Amino acid sequence: MAPEEIGKLLVSEFGDDVVKMVVEGCHPYAEIAPQRWPDVATFLRDDSRLRMNLLRSISGLDLLADDKLACVYDLMTVCLDTPTVLIRETSEFAVRVTVDRNDPVMPTVSHVWPAADWHEREAYDMFGIVFTDHPDLRRILCPDDWEGYPLRKDYDFPLEYHGIPATTEFELTNPRH
Amino acid sequence: MSWIENRFEEGLIVTSLDWAINWGRSSSIWPMTFGLACCAIEMMAVGASRFDIDRFGAGAFRATPRQSDLMIVAGTVTYKMASRLKRLYNQMPDPKYVMAMGACTVGGGPYFKHGYHVVKGVDLVVPVDIYIPGCPPRPEALLEGLMRLQDKIRHQTRAKSLVTKAKEVALA
Repeated sequence: MAPEEIGKLLVSEFGDDVVKMVVEGCHPYAEIAPQRWPDVATFLRDDSRLRMNLLRSISGLDLLADDKLACVYDLMTVCLDTPTVLIRETSEFAVRVTVDRNDPVMPTVSHVWPAADWHEREAYDMFGIVFTDHPDLRRILCPDDWEGYPLRKDYDFPLEYHGIPATTEFELTNPRH
Repeated sequence: MSWIENRFEEGLIVTSLDWAINWGRSSSIWPMTFGLACCAIEMMAVGASRFDIDRFGAGAFRATPRQSDLMIVAGTVTYKMASRLKRLYNQMPDPKYVMAMGACTVGGGPYFKHGYHVVKGVDLVVPVDIYIPGCPPRPEALLEGLMRLQDKIRHQTRAKSLVTKAKEVALA
């Protein structure tokens, strides 16, 4: 299905909850209001015309100038229901969900696509986006006691971690053994 | 440090014993299987037939720190890994040696300035005997590092150290 058709389908189904629609260019996406995102996700996965059954990746975005944080969900259709032809038709689409930087809370879609579980944990780890109703929202890459969210644009590097100096100043990293 | 060390003056017996022990230690350095990143690929190449670290008696990669003499820190050490690295080092029996392989372990490497998560040199966590620069170092470089470590072991002695002698003079 072409991105234009997917866009029209989403607008006709969800109306004003589709905040923005970009169907031109190499990465067509729809911006969805955070509170309706699980419904839209279920629709994208279950609608017989769309069947977006593969969540390829979740990318976090720090829109510092707009004071927003965002997640981009890259979706893909892989039809596996015909026994002879494994991939009948593929179509791709992306969804962007933007939240306020001071209160970055959006609903999880890990019950829609199980792949979202670890991806959302990574977005939480790196950007501090909190996913409500997530089954296991912990840091996935950084240690549990890490402070701050490293991929935010205003992140300050730690100067010390558990007694190990962590600075770019050579005088302080000089070995002391 | 064993009971025999730092007790006797240098002499025929001590130096002969030194020679024998150092020969044994330097000819059977058992490294620990400790690959962290891309340097581990070169370390595997060193272990394989083309470069063959077994020629130096150091081919027995042990899967436990309790059986190994040498920790080749091959790859990027993150702060999360640093505590595990220290624990592994503490589990190794004496005498133990550490090789910092590659730019990341020598001093942070490409992550020195913009890596929020990388230890700026593994010598901030454990004491390092041999530094091998390179990103990653060629297998020949690792073998060279091993030979330098063998040199270091061959120069060790069990005789009374100058510091001990000086202390004895000061006390007497």
